[in-house]
Amino acid sequence: MELILVTLLNGLVYGMLLFMLASGLTLIFSMMGVLNFAHASMYMIGAYLAFQISQAIGFWPALIIAPALCGVIGAAIEMYGLRKAHRNGHVAELLFTFGIAFLIEKGVQMIWGLAPVPYRVPSALDFALFTIYGTNFHAYRGFMLLISMLMFLAIRLLLTRTRVGLIIQASLTNPEMVGALGHNVPRVFTTVFAGGSALAGLAGVIGGNYLVTEPAMAFTMGPIVFVVVVFGGLGSLAGCFIASLVMGLVQSFAVVFDVSLADLLARLGIVVTARTPLAEVLTVPLPRIAALLPFLLLVLILVFKPRGLMGTRDT
Amino acid sequence: MIAAVVRRVGIMAGDPGIRAAARRCWPWVALLAFTIVLPWLFYDWSKGRHAGFVVSLLSQIGLMIIFALSFNMQMGQAGLLSFGHAVYLGLGGYVTIHAINAVGAGRLWLPMELMPLVGGFSGLLFAIVFGWMATKQRGTAYAMITLGLGELVGAAAVMFNGFFGGEGGITANRILKTSLFGLSYGPSIQVYYLILAWTAVSVVAMLLLTQVPLGRMANACRDNFERAQFVGYDPRMVRFYQCALSGFFAGIAGALYAVDYEIVTFDAVGSILSANALLMTFIGGIGVFWGPIVGAVLITLLQSWMSLISNAWLIYVAVLFIVMVIYAPGGIAGLIMAHVPIWRAGRLPALALPYLRIGPPALIGAAGFAGLVELTYFVTIGSGQGKSLSVLHQAIDAGSARPWLLASTLFVAGTGIALSQRRAFAAAWDAVGEQIRMKERSR
Repeated sequence: MELILVTLLNGLVYGMLLFMLASGLTLIFSMMGVLNFAHASMYMIGAYLAFQISQAIGFWPALIIAPALCGVIGAAIEMYGLRKAHRNGHVAELLFTFGIAFLIEKGVQMIWGLAPVPYRVPSALDFALFTIYGTNFHAYRGFMLLISMLMFLAIRLLLTRTRVGLIIQASLTNPEMVGALGHNVPRVFTTVFAGGSALAGLAGVIGGNYLVTEPAMAFTMGPIVFVVVVFGGLGSLAGCFIASLVMGLVQSFAVVFDVSLADLLARLGIVVTARTPLAEVLTVPLPRIAALLPFLLLVLILVFKPRGLMGTRDT
Repeated sequence: MIAAVVRRVGIMAGDPGIRAAARRCWPWVALLAFTIVLPWLFYDWSKGRHAGFVVSLLSQIGLMIIFALSFNMQMGQAGLLSFGHAVYLGLGGYVTIHAINAVGAGRLWLPMELMPLVGGFSGLLFAIVFGWMATKQRGTAYAMITLGLGELVGAAAVMFNGFFGGEGGITANRILKTSLFGLSYGPSIQVYYLILAWTAVSVVAMLLLTQVPLGRMANACRDNFERAQFVGYDPRMVRFYQCALSGFFAGIAGALYAVDYEIVTFDAVGSILSANALLMTFIGGIGVFWGPIVGAVLITLLQSWMSLISNAWLIYVAVLFIVMVIYAPGGIAGLIMAHVPIWRAGRLPALALPYLRIGPPALIGAAGFAGLVELTYFVTIGSGQGKSLSVLHQAIDAGSARPWLLASTLFVAGTGIALSQRRAFAAAWDAVGEQIRMKERSR
């Protein structure tokens, strides 16, 4: 019971972090029709910038400045790169973001080196918030949860209650019509791209010290965010929210429960020995394949239900 | 009788179809002859042995050519962007290395020369399984499925020791006694000729596959799958066949990989190799059959020579890739092919001046960029590795301001001038194209 509660909380924190990344990506994806490989790179840049800024002037200014810088970088990428690549079609756009992600990874290695940087949780939040069943719940996790909840509410209100949000929502599904009504659709695209990048940067700021800040962090996080976006469905923020939480919980629980297919078969009365065919596959414990689960989900969803959980159209 | 044969050959040589085919084929034949001679140009006659580095580099280029071309069967010909193509190469390689070990242990008899078929058929098998799932979709969804499959297989390769050997991979000894020609395949030059032979066969096979109805239908489904459906073809099955065949050739490349390196690790199925296939193919050019060959040669050369002199070679590849995606989506081959009609019309001199205006500034800008990258790398990583920075044997002090100022001036000025000349160049290019079209119309 205690294990379940603690894992639930951890999964929630991780899921909300995923949502912060995925919410921006799902908007960008719905608009461009192309997955943005550079999105997770923005998360990485956010973490590294926050590390640099927090060394100079502290964590709290970094919380504002780093995401803002990420937003500016995102806007620049959209205006000076993506828009030009768009002329050469969808595949060119996808390849362009892939190239940018590649370049950012190498650039980060160039500037900050190959090893992880010591980006740490600020000391003001470095204490145990409360204790459940003898396990400390770290104050920083509470802070992450708070930030991501606030952000979720802010996006939701922005998209559903304001004029800007309405135009964005309309541009997601019907850009030509929105343009015909006199709105500057390219600027809406740039805004969304910048906003999404800023959100990813924010996720980097608060996730970089919780997880680890290293040059490979974008490539480990990227595919998981893709899974969330595809799972949640195109153009659906609610689906994205649910998918993030599910993914966070699945990953957290999978790491904790040490079971394998062989255990399951043993319950059914089938004993797996070393000589059973596929014994290695059957006896591999769940925590070891936890990292595989998102990709398995990605493939299964795209093959069998490309519309995702609450999507309005196929991927 | 001899006279009859001579007459027959004479008729064949006089046949316009044969003559046209011979004209088309000669660059390929010349290329093959050149690659046969190539290792001997680096032969060390005084010591009486081959340059090991060159031979292994040439072998690597050979198998990368097959890999890139097989990738282009999906990307260029069928419009299927894959992020997991290394899966077929790697799994083909794993099966082959197990087969080599089985032959070595006497559990199986198979000549070394046919080993690539083992890789090929296992690549085909896995491409049938994975391709069956992936080709249900196209476009972005296909790319994402292949990404997921690539990551799945990559992670499984580290996880399951029995087949994949875990982190250490599987090793083998390629010296078997089962050669059809009595070769031991101990010396790497023998392996080079094995790889060359299979590369030649694969290139010809893939070239022919672009001419048969399947290749043509793959193009049709890429360009307009709805129309292809109306004609009566099932685009999904076309995608599936194309994907399966591409897996076959990637598997051959994997088998040659296993024979060449005598070890297959999780790197062979990994995402880096998949990304490499994409970079090679796209930079080389996806629209022309021989584009990926150019890309494979270029990137492999860069990989082995640039990586020796610079930590940052991947940055240059990434920048080249991004510039190509935006300005030259046809790749190097596309750029060359764009000049062919102008050259035929004898109008290339008209482009000389515009090229002179934009080329040197762009090169200067690139040099400045490279300087900045190298300086940064030197400060952050290189100095820690005990390397020294020198240009033309002149030692450079990365701590002082002068090299930084020089590099940034070159970069800003060079790219600035090149960008300002962009419109004029485009105008000159369009004007030449227009003149050629006018002349053709008036004829």
